[in-house]
Amino acid sequence: MSENNEKDWPLWEVFYQPKNGKPYEHAGSLHASDAENALQNARDVYARRNEGIGIWVVPSDQITASTPEDMGSFFDPASDKPYRHPQFYSVPRAVKKRS
Amino acid sequence: METQQQLDDFQARIDAGEKIEPKDWMPERYREQIIRMGSQHAHSEIVGMLPEGNWISRAPSLKRKLVLLAKVQDEAGHGLYLYSAIETLGVRRSELIDQYLYGNAKYSSIFNYPTLSYADVCVIGWLVDGAAIVNQTKLAHSSYGPYARANLRICKEESFHKKQGYEMVAKLAEGTPAQRKMVQSAVDRFWWPTLMMFGPNDSNSPNSAELLKWQVKLNTNDELRQHFVDRVVMEAEAVGLTLPDPDLKFNEETGHWEFGEIPWDEFWDVVKGNGVMNRERIKSRRKAHEDGAWVREAAQAYARKKNLSREKAS
Repeated sequence: MSENNEKDWPLWEVFYQPKNGKPYEHAGSLHASDAENALQNARDVYARRNEGIGIWVVPSDQITASTPEDMGSFFDPASDKPYRHPQFYSVPRAVKKRS
Repeated sequence: METQQQLDDFQARIDAGEKIEPKDWMPERYREQIIRMGSQHAHSEIVGMLPEGNWISRAPSLKRKLVLLAKVQDEAGHGLYLYSAIETLGVRRSELIDQYLYGNAKYSSIFNYPTLSYADVCVIGWLVDGAAIVNQTKLAHSSYGPYARANLRICKEESFHKKQGYEMVAKLAEGTPAQRKMVQSAVDRFWWPTLMMFGPNDSNSPNSAELLKWQVKLNTNDELRQHFVDRVVMEAEAVGLTLPDPDLKFNEETGHWEFGEIPWDEFWDVVKGNGVMNRERIKSRRKAHEDGAWVREAAQAYARKKNLSREKAS
């Protein structure tokens, strides 16, 4: 395993901005020796057809992610707050018709 | 240890059409099947560069050379999308490559046939990429999220591959008698191997039941093959080429084209490594990998050196 570790270049996650004004999206991942190399590889692998106007590369081991196991308890503070949604509120009928 | 409850919950998620993501619980067998199928798919994309790459320097015009270069580069990209999807299951890229170059990992047998003329390149685009699209369009709905997304990305690019092939096939078919003969010969040689790309008949496909149950794939080999044949018969007719199967006939009742017996002995023989090009393909891939070792090492050394000088400066 440790031998494989050295054989593989580090893994990077690639994000691109599809258009001006749009948020960055995850494209996939790739191996590269350093950040500059990762950026060039990302262009060749994930943007051969103008898929993006901007690219971010992030070392995969630098990403901290939520886990599926604590999905329930992690997100449940949001599930009992219907008053955060506009549907929670009623408005006079006359106004409702117009909107 | 996997409990029945875990397996049932997993199956319920699949049946509800949910996608499975890398960190989700999954049966070990599911993980193995995705790695096996996905890495075979990735290896096929990579080795698939060879039969066509063989003709880049002899393309008939600058335009066709540009097109072929772009297509072959796409195939490399497709291999990389798939490897990165499979690596989300915790297997290393170098392990996958080792199994492929020095172990017994498989890739699609179609790439163990030689490309004898430029018409072969045209027919590969039309038939082989056409068959690949039929497969991959379905795999874009596969239950494993990263694999489905990689296939979706591939599909977006693959239709150009097929179209450029069919365009050239049509051009040759309306060309000189020599060009017509050349393209018909390519069709004759690639027709049956292309039908084999969908895999053994359903009655003879050991992995199918499990893959379908888990919706790793969504259609059987025979269903996909039929879908492909129905489309290609029409396309062959449109350009006046003959598909080399005397048993090909339309069934009014089913609305499908029936076709003759696929030469399965040949298929298994090529799978076992006895195709015309099996040894040559692996030899070329090993050489490319080994000749590139110094580049990989140099890039790593450069990255280390840059890191060191950055640390010193700070």
